Amino acid sequence: MSQTTFIPSQISRRKFLKSSAGVALFIGSSGLLSQLVSCKNEQQVKAIIEKQKLTAWVQMDTEGNVTIYNPAAEMGQGSMTSLPVIFAEEMDADWSRVEVVFSPQEAAIYGSEGWGPNQKVMLSAGSRVTNGYYNMLRRAGAQTRLLFLQAAAKKWEVPLEELATQPGEVVHKLSDKRVGYGDLVSSLIMPEELPEINEEQLKNPKDFRLIGTFVPRTDIPAKVDGSAQFAADIRLPDMLYGVYERGRIHGAVPTLKNETAILGLPGVIKVVSIDHAIGVIAKTIEQALSAKEQLNISWSNPKAKGFHSQDIYETYQKVAAGKQQGNVVVDKGDMKTAFKRARKTYAYDFKNDYVYHAQMEPLNSVVQIAEDKNSAEVWVGTQQGFDSKLGVPGVLGLAPENVNIHMQYLGGGFGRRSMTDFVTECALLAKEVVPSPVKLLWTRQDDLTYGAYRPLSLQRLEACIDAGGKLSGFSHMIVGNGDNLLASGIQNEHYDIENQHAELRIVPNETRLKHWRAVGHGPNKFAIEAMIDLVARDQGTDPVDFRRRLMQKSPRALATLEKAASMSRWGETLFEGRARGVSFLERSGTLSTGICEISLDRDSGKIKVHHFWTASDAGVIVQPDNVKAQIEGGIIMGMSSVLLEQITIVDGAVEQSNFNDYSILRMEDIPESIETALITSSNTPQGVGESGTPLVAGAIANAFLALTGKPLLHLPFTPKRVLEALNA
Amino acid sequence: MSVFSLHINGNKQEVEVSQGTPLLWVLREHLGLTGTKYGCGIGQCGSCTVHVDGLAIKACTIAVENVSQGQKIKTIEGLSQKGDHPLQLAWIEAQAPQCGYCQSGQIMQAASLLEANPHPTQQEIMSHMNGNLCRCGTYLRIIKAVKIASGGEISKEL
Repeated sequence: MSQTTFIPSQISRRKFLKSSAGVALFIGSSGLLSQLVSCKNEQQVKAIIEKQKLTAWVQMDTEGNVTIYNPAAEMGQGSMTSLPVIFAEEMDADWSRVEVVFSPQEAAIYGSEGWGPNQKVMLSAGSRVTNGYYNMLRRAGAQTRLLFLQAAAKKWEVPLEELATQPGEVVHKLSDKRVGYGDLVSSLIMPEELPEINEEQLKNPKDFRLIGTFVPRTDIPAKVDGSAQFAADIRLPDMLYGVYERGRIHGAVPTLKNETAILGLPGVIKVVSIDHAIGVIAKTIEQALSAKEQLNISWSNPKAKGFHSQDIYETYQKVAAGKQQGNVVVDKGDMKTAFKRARKTYAYDFKNDYVYHAQMEPLNSVVQIAEDKNSAEVWVGTQQGFDSKLGVPGVLGLAPENVNIHMQYLGGGFGRRSMTDFVTECALLAKEVVPSPVKLLWTRQDDLTYGAYRPLSLQRLEACIDAGGKLSGFSHMIVGNGDNLLASGIQNEHYDIENQHAELRIVPNETRLKHWRAVGHGPNKFAIEAMIDLVARDQGTDPVDFRRRLMQKSPRALATLEKAASMSRWGETLFEGRARGVSFLERSGTLSTGICEISLDRDSGKIKVHHFWTASDAGVIVQPDNVKAQIEGGIIMGMSSVLLEQITIVDGAVEQSNFNDYSILRMEDIPESIETALITSSNTPQGVGESGTPLVAGAIANAFLALTGKPLLHLPFTPKRVLEALNA
Repeated sequence: MSVFSLHINGNKQEVEVSQGTPLLWVLREHLGLTGTKYGCGIGQCGSCTVHVDGLAIKACTIAVENVSQGQKIKTIEGLSQKGDHPLQLAWIEAQAPQCGYCQSGQIMQAASLLEANPHPTQQEIMSHMNGNLCRCGTYLRIIKAVKIASGGEISKEL
């Protein structure tokens, strides 16, 4: 299969189709639309695209080639393959003839309804892409297949019921006739009303040829020869380079002291002052970066000054102890009575520091405003969002339809690329040098120090055991800043605990925050799972047994626990100095149990993770190998954040600046193995991209507890903290 | 500004930039060899790994004047004619990349290992590759790919 390489100079913004060959089919939110248009008639294709609410479209030519326009971002999660696979499966396409290209960024056309009723949104986040598009792509694929069957039935004058499809062709067994889809393209007829496709007319999962099998990812060949194009790789004629200095403290307002000197530097074309930064536009990237270093800026004293991240826990503890109730997220049963009648109660505080996304491609974008200033072109790798034009129309005063977004591969997203600051900043530069295109580059230091972090929080957990030895009450209070960023994952729907309470107490500060892979699940599942083990251990119960009892009413959860326990041979005798820990969670509909095996260097305080086992129930697995890759990578990223990563803020300024002082996990520290099991089911696919990461903290903390008898209560588990915990 | 003459992927190319310009910017922004990536600018992540006279170096930390005296520079674009270097094929077989941004650097780093040591042990692979970061966490598959390319034994865990 050929890989589409995007060549900016050849792109006309009104060019919707790859070529004028064959026909175009349109997919709406409930399946195929009753329009079939020759691709020669580009005006009509365009008219339909602009008028109708479409999800995707497909171009089929007489050679049998199928081009599927993919609506989701590709940031390594495999959407560029998994979404087309779903459609191609039901259509019974010949996968070797399928090409996948990014669709234009028009939410009204391509948006998924997975984010809420009556709303079409293009957003690749929360592990919801496959889940959001699964049903509509299956229906549309099945309807497309039906069109080919009808065309063949007419051609051969045989009843439709006698026909079947093989990949890429219709077969009439009785007469041993077969015809390729390409040969039928010109005789396809669109009925006025397309037949509804009901559940029975969709393929039985046992007949899947693509879903559930190994389909190599379509984006990988270009990612091993350097040709995969990220936004940072865009080069356009007369392109200029932009950088910004944003200062060290969020909210500070800059005043440039040496504008004349900067404008006199080699290659410098413009200096641009915006609310939070001073920008420089130059002819080359090295000239822009050199000028940036020479900026002499005085900064206002912002509100964030005086904030010390590591001292804030003291304040949070006071808030946690205070009488002022926060936002109650879960209120089940009667906690007060449960605690009053308890045989034993437990209370622990857990903490987690700020964490940075550290996607490998620093933020960047390219913007070009047309000479007449009536339109703009944007090249960017984005996780998209509720505004699929990424804030650019507002900044430039343009109508949304006059801003054209050219989607590129993302060098990692993890939540950071669902913000648009790095796009609007570039538009503000491009505005100064119309019609030259400007490439804005954030250096790694910019990306880190002007990051938007996973929030720091304090988690106060209380639990009680009743007279019968049962976990009868569980209370979870989060204190921090970040509302929903803090709350995700606080629920325990798969643990049968009669009385539960969960509450959020917000203490605002100025730190920039954002979704970080799995959002609140990282800190919350750490606290919950570590708490469960602290109780189980004190009760003298094996942690897997303890969870078995809690999962009696959730057979799907229990199945993941049993599978992970059997894979790891839970309970077997381990080498001396080794111990195992277990954790369980639900994230984006996927249920997972993780078990890890660790050892500890008691002199340095360094934890070594030797093995990781996971078992997940994620519904239908569209691409098993890719799902495993997502879980493996998620666990590595989880280990990185749990063992190493920490952003600290002193007097409002981030202390770290690059990978020399913000470490992420390197190859020498990975486990010897990560084994992943996928529990098969025929349920709608659930999100897996974020399910591995938040398993790690609880599993490591619980293994540490088993090994040493001491709890680890503060993320990350740096060697220094581990030694403190050991000696506590 | 000075003119520098560079030998890149078997071709001689001239570029006019200031002395001190990192090779990374020359490759990417002046010559359009964008397979070599910018990740940190301080030699910590390895996304910009290229070969200079067969040795893997980080292009962000070396100035253009230090590689313009006839040194042979090889980038990911010059590793093979058709993307069919054994490591590139192994990378596809192992389905190693996710976002893919670091992978040019990973492959160039691995290529320099196999040129010096065609059958590395797992330990040798890990220590040679330790300077290349991958945020998607593809390390296990990278090890697997290097083993496939070097005919090494693939443990069942990988």
